Amino acid sequence: MRIAEIVTAIFLGILSIYLMWKSGEPPSWNPDVPRFANIGFIEGEGPGSGFWPFWLSAIMLLTCIWTAVNWYRRLTPASQSSGQFLDGYGKRMMLVVGGALFGFLALIHFVGFYGAIPVFMIYYMRYLGSHGWLLTLTVSASLTVICFFFFDIAMRIVLPKGYLEPLFIPLYEMFL
Amino acid sequence: MDVLIALWQGILIALEPINLGLAVIGVVVGLFVGAMPGLGSVNGVAILLPFTFVIQSFTGGATSPMIFLASIYYGAMYGGAISSITLGIPGASTAVATTFDGRPLALAGRAHVALVVAALASFAGATVSNLLFTGFAPLLADVALSFGNPEIFALMLLAFATFVGLGGDDIPKTLFSICFGLVMATVGFDIISGEPRLVFFDITGFTHGIRFLVLAIGVYGIGEMMWTINTSRTGTNMSKVEVTFANVFDAIKQFKQAWRGTAIGSALGFFVGILPAAGATPGSLMAYGISKMTSRRSAEFGKGALDGVAAPEAANNSASTGAMLPMMTLGIPGSPTTAVLLAGMVIWGLQPGPLLFTDQPEFVWPLIGSFYISNFVAVTVNLLFIPVFLWMLRMPFTILAPLIFVLSLVGTYAAYMDMFDVWLMVFFGVGAFLLRILDYPLAPAVLAIVLGPIAEPKLRQSLLLSDGDFSIFFTRPIAGPITVIAILLILLPLFKLIRDKLRKTA
Repeated sequence: MRIAEIVTAIFLGILSIYLMWKSGEPPSWNPDVPRFANIGFIEGEGPGSGFWPFWLSAIMLLTCIWTAVNWYRRLTPASQSSGQFLDGYGKRMMLVVGGALFGFLALIHFVGFYGAIPVFMIYYMRYLGSHGWLLTLTVSASLTVICFFFFDIAMRIVLPKGYLEPLFIPLYEMFL
Repeated sequence: MDVLIALWQGILIALEPINLGLAVIGVVVGLFVGAMPGLGSVNGVAILLPFTFVIQSFTGGATSPMIFLASIYYGAMYGGAISSITLGIPGASTAVATTFDGRPLALAGRAHVALVVAALASFAGATVSNLLFTGFAPLLADVALSFGNPEIFALMLLAFATFVGLGGDDIPKTLFSICFGLVMATVGFDIISGEPRLVFFDITGFTHGIRFLVLAIGVYGIGEMMWTINTSRTGTNMSKVEVTFANVFDAIKQFKQAWRGTAIGSALGFFVGILPAAGATPGSLMAYGISKMTSRRSAEFGKGALDGVAAPEAANNSASTGAMLPMMTLGIPGSPTTAVLLAGMVIWGLQPGPLLFTDQPEFVWPLIGSFYISNFVAVTVNLLFIPVFLWMLRMPFTILAPLIFVLSLVGTYAAYMDMFDVWLMVFFGVGAFLLRILDYPLAPAVLAIVLGPIAEPKLRQSLLLSDGDFSIFFTRPIAGPITVIAILLILLPLFKLIRDKLRKTA
C-alpha cells in the first residue's frame, strides 16, 4: 500500500504537469500566439481560456507534493500500511471483472450490444457466479430481449449491432 | 398563503396518474437500491438518469422525470435500513448508524420492530423536512435573486470549502479530487473565447467535453460495483423476520418509545443536510450521537435501543430533503445525489437557481408536492412489502453485479449515442476504484464536474467586471462574508493542527 501511495502521487503529479502544459496551448488557427499566453489576464477580455484549468492543475500538482510529504512523514493510513494495494483476490477480481468489462466493450464493436450482452452475462453468471445453465440462459436472454424492445423498438434509440446488423432487419420489419 | 395554494396545486399535479405511477416505481426501485449493500441513492439515480430521457419523451416536460428520480432518492433512504437490520450490513453509508441498534434488535428476534420503527421514523423525518423545505425554499430563492456573479462564485467556493474543512477526508486528496473534477469540466471548447481546450491527443471525442454522466456512472456504477466485489468477500447471514399483521401492529405501538430519537433526527437532519459536503451520512451519525448523549437510557444504546434506530433513520430522510434546498434555490448541490439531480435538470433544459421559483413554478411546485406524495408512498410500500424486499435481498451479487454493469454501459450509450463516452466511462470507473483504495474521495470530483461549467464563467465575468482585481470577492456585502467563511473553512484543518500541537507541547 505504501509503495502504491507514492507511485500514485507521482503519477498524478505528472498528470497535473501535463494538464498545465496542455492548458497553455495556443489555438491551432493562431500559432503565433506563444504557449501560456492564455493563462493570465488579457486586457479587455478578462482571464484567458487557459486561466482556470492551468491554475487548477497547478493546485493539483501542489496537492500531489503535499501527499508525497505526508507519505514521507507517514502521516496517512495508506503511507503507514504494510498491507498490499491489491491482494490476490483483488488482483484476480481486477483481471476477471475489469478484463471482462473491457472485453465486453471490445466485443460491442464486432457483435454489437445484443451480441455482447449475453456473452458477458453468461461469462459472469456461469463462470464467475457458478449459476446453473437454466438460470444463466434465462437471465441473459431476457435482458437482451428487454433491452432490444426497450431501446430499439420503444425508444428508437438504435444500439450498435456490429456484424449482426443483418439479423435485425426482419425484426425491424416486424415491429417498426 | 400563496405558498400553500402553489403547494396544493403541485400536490394535485404530483397525484396525476402518470406522476403517481412514476413515484411508486421510483420508490420501489429506490427501496431496492437502498437495501442492496453496495448501492445507494446516488448509484440508483446516476445509473437510471439516462432512462429518464424516455420518460421525458413521453411526458414532454421535466417534472415527471424529476419526480421519478426524487422518488428513487426517497425510497433509497428508507431502503438502507432493511439490510442494516436484517444483514448487519448498511445498504448505504447513510444507514451505517442504523446498524448500531438495528442489528442487535434483529439478533434478539425483534427485527420486525426495528424495521417498522425505521420506516415510521423515516416518514416522520421526511415529513418534518418537507414542511421546513416548503417554508424556507421560497424565502431563500427570493434572497438569492439579488445574487450577481461574484456572489454565486463565492457560494461555489463555499461548497468546495466545506468538503475541505468538514469532509473529514485526507485534505490534499480532497483538494486534488475537487480540482480534477473542475479541470475535467473544462475539456472541450471554452464557451467565452471559443478556443478548444484540453483536447487530449486530438481525439475528437474530447471536443464535446467530458459529460457529467460519464464520470458519475463510471464512479457510482462501475467503480462502486468493483469496490463492493473487492470488499464484500464473505457470505452474509440474514436474520429471520416474521412479518404478520399482528407483528406490525405491535411494532407500531412500540414506536412511541422512539419519539425522542425521531424528533432529534428530524430537526437535526434537515439543517445538516443543507450544508454541502455534510448530507445524510453525517446527519444520521450526529443524530445518533446526540440522541445517545441526551438520553436517560444511554446505556441501552448499541444493545437494541429503539431511539438508536429512529434517530439516524429520521435524520437521513430529513437530510435528503434538506440537501435539495441549496440545489433548487441556489443551484448548488449539497450531496453527490443532488449533484446528479442538478445535472439532470440542466440536461432537461432547466436552470437550477433562484429564478427556477419565478420562471418555472409549474416545475417546482409539483416536484415539492411529489416529495410529500413519495414520502407517503415510501412508508406504505415499505411496510406492506417488507417480505418482498427481504426476498430480493437474497439475490446473489453474481447476478446483480453484471446487471448493473450492463445497465451502466447501455445507459451511457443511450444518453449520448457515442461509444467513446462508454469507453471513457469504464476507464473512469476502474480509475475510481483504484483511487478509492488509496482513500481519494470521489464525491468532490463528481460535484466539481457539475459545478465547474457554472463556476468558471462566474469567476471570469467577475474578474472582467473588476478588471482582474480579486478584491471584488471580499468587498461586496454578500460575497465578502461568504468568501471569508469559505477561506476560514479551507484553513480549518490548519487551525486544528496548530491547536493539537499546542496541546501536545502544553
